[in-house]
Amino acid sequence: MKTAAELNMIARDIRIDALRGIHAAGSGHPGGSFSVTDILTALYFGVMNVDPADPCMEGRDRLVLSKGHAAPALYATLAHRGFFDPEEMLSLRHMGSFLQGHPDMHKCPGVEISTGSLGQGFSAAVGMAIADKLDKKDRRTFVVTGDGELQEGIIWEAALQAAKYGLDNLIAVVDWNNLQIDGVVDTVKKVAPVDAKFAAFGWEVFNVDGHDMQALLDTFEKALKVSGKPVCIVAKTVKGKGVSFMENQAGWHGKAPNDEQLAQALKELGGEM
Amino acid sequence: MADVKKTATREAYGKFLVEYGAEREDLIVMSADLSGSNKTDGFEKAYPERFIECGISEQDMMAEAAGIALSGHVVAASSFAMFAAGRAYEIVRNSIAHTKANVKVCATHGGITVGEDGATHQTFEDIALMRVLPDMKVIVPADAVSTKILMKQEFDTDGPAYFRLGRSGVPEIYIEGSDAASQLKVGKAYEIMEGNDVAIIANGIMVAAAMEAAMELRERGVKARVIDMHTVKPIDEDAIIRAAEECGHIVTAEEHSVIGGLGSAVAEVTAQKCPCRITMVGQHDCFGESGKPAELLKKYGMTAEDIVKAALQ
Repeated sequence: MKTAAELNMIARDIRIDALRGIHAAGSGHPGGSFSVTDILTALYFGVMNVDPADPCMEGRDRLVLSKGHAAPALYATLAHRGFFDPEEMLSLRHMGSFLQGHPDMHKCPGVEISTGSLGQGFSAAVGMAIADKLDKKDRRTFVVTGDGELQEGIIWEAALQAAKYGLDNLIAVVDWNNLQIDGVVDTVKKVAPVDAKFAAFGWEVFNVDGHDMQALLDTFEKALKVSGKPVCIVAKTVKGKGVSFMENQAGWHGKAPNDEQLAQALKELGGEM
Repeated sequence: MADVKKTATREAYGKFLVEYGAEREDLIVMSADLSGSNKTDGFEKAYPERFIECGISEQDMMAEAAGIALSGHVVAASSFAMFAAGRAYEIVRNSIAHTKANVKVCATHGGITVGEDGATHQTFEDIALMRVLPDMKVIVPADAVSTKILMKQEFDTDGPAYFRLGRSGVPEIYIEGSDAASQLKVGKAYEIMEGNDVAIIANGIMVAAAMEAAMELRERGVKARVIDMHTVKPIDEDAIIRAAEECGHIVTAEEHSVIGGLGSAVAEVTAQKCPCRITMVGQHDCFGESGKPAELLKKYGMTAEDIVKAALQ
């Protein structure tokens, strides 16, 4: 079991490779990738039972990145977990690459279901957890959603269903960075209070600092012990976390850095060109 | 054909699910608050643990169906055609078709024969919407027997499919165990009546109307070939090319908009492979209204008489 400090170092490398990929692609979503990086690192390196040598291993835990635009973070996480060579990140979004702009289950090992159209991954994850209950499979489904994504109605349709079926094998994480393309989530269409909403929908809810690795690990440990209902972890995050000029800037939702910006970002993250 | 026994294709679907559920323990059936109308309630009674009720949430049902199917199940997800193909369209596209999930979208109450419920519930667009999706098969059975046969074949095959079923009773065309029934294959048109003067290519409830029209035409000395094109995708190109070459005039008949449905699918083949005159019987780019199914079919031009007129043009 790795320590939180070790996971922080891994998260740093994941951010570096995600950004190198976005830079090489000339497009992509750095803001939401960086807000979710620590969450994905905690899950893949500290919580989930997966085998990079056997991505379809029977009994593995499954993760659905419902906010599929954060694909660079997921890919870099999978790469550092051993699913493929991190240097492949430089093929991101290129013609013929298995690293598509949004996660494609038929191309990238470790991707459980193709996502990108917001809200659907959340609902599909509910379906996966229902299937595991029916099949009496003792494993978890994790689903990561954005806070802006909670504006999609299908999320709440699925949230009702998860509570109805008592899906304690389902853990949702809301990457609550409070920014979306058109601005601040609270202004565009307020979704807060997220915790109270999920609680009202019949979920067990935990709040956590989405960049505090130890707190994330502790919260997942608590979440795994919940019985009889689905769990929602509301992770307060910073969009663009780790790069000063990207932090809390809606403009960095879907934009690639130029050469200069990449150099500056890598310097801040502690990486090299 | 008033004295012929009539059964709705949705009834046959309900019976199929109960039978198939005994054969396959991995069959999951999903409902969005329409189990009685979709006829999935029989399955619910027989296998309650494998019946997933989603409430009035068609979009959620389709994405959940994908999640369940990708966990190793075959899933039948049902609603009215308006909501299964219409409301949930983009979810069916991205979470079912693009993922190649083993979900059979079984939509009932397609077309104008929904009747009294009126325009908001009468779908003329579902076949067009579904057939443009890569990897999505599209099947519109003509009667109860063919519904069960085609469903069995398709449910035995991995991958997404769309079945369009009707609310109202339709005459029995195929007899269980007959030679004709044994020749029914997904993707292969079935020639119900022979003839070389004109070819009527129909599906769904319009197959019975096409047969009635062909008998009427025969009395007038016109021998019409009647083809049941139950599978709109993948479409049987050979049958269409033969009809074009041997008959010289094709009439298509569907309970759907003439834009984008069976008529368009046939025209796409003839335009590229064997140009041929086509006359399309179907809904002509307008919404429906409340009324009895027979009244509506008459008003909107989808009767045997309309097919006869089209054939004689």
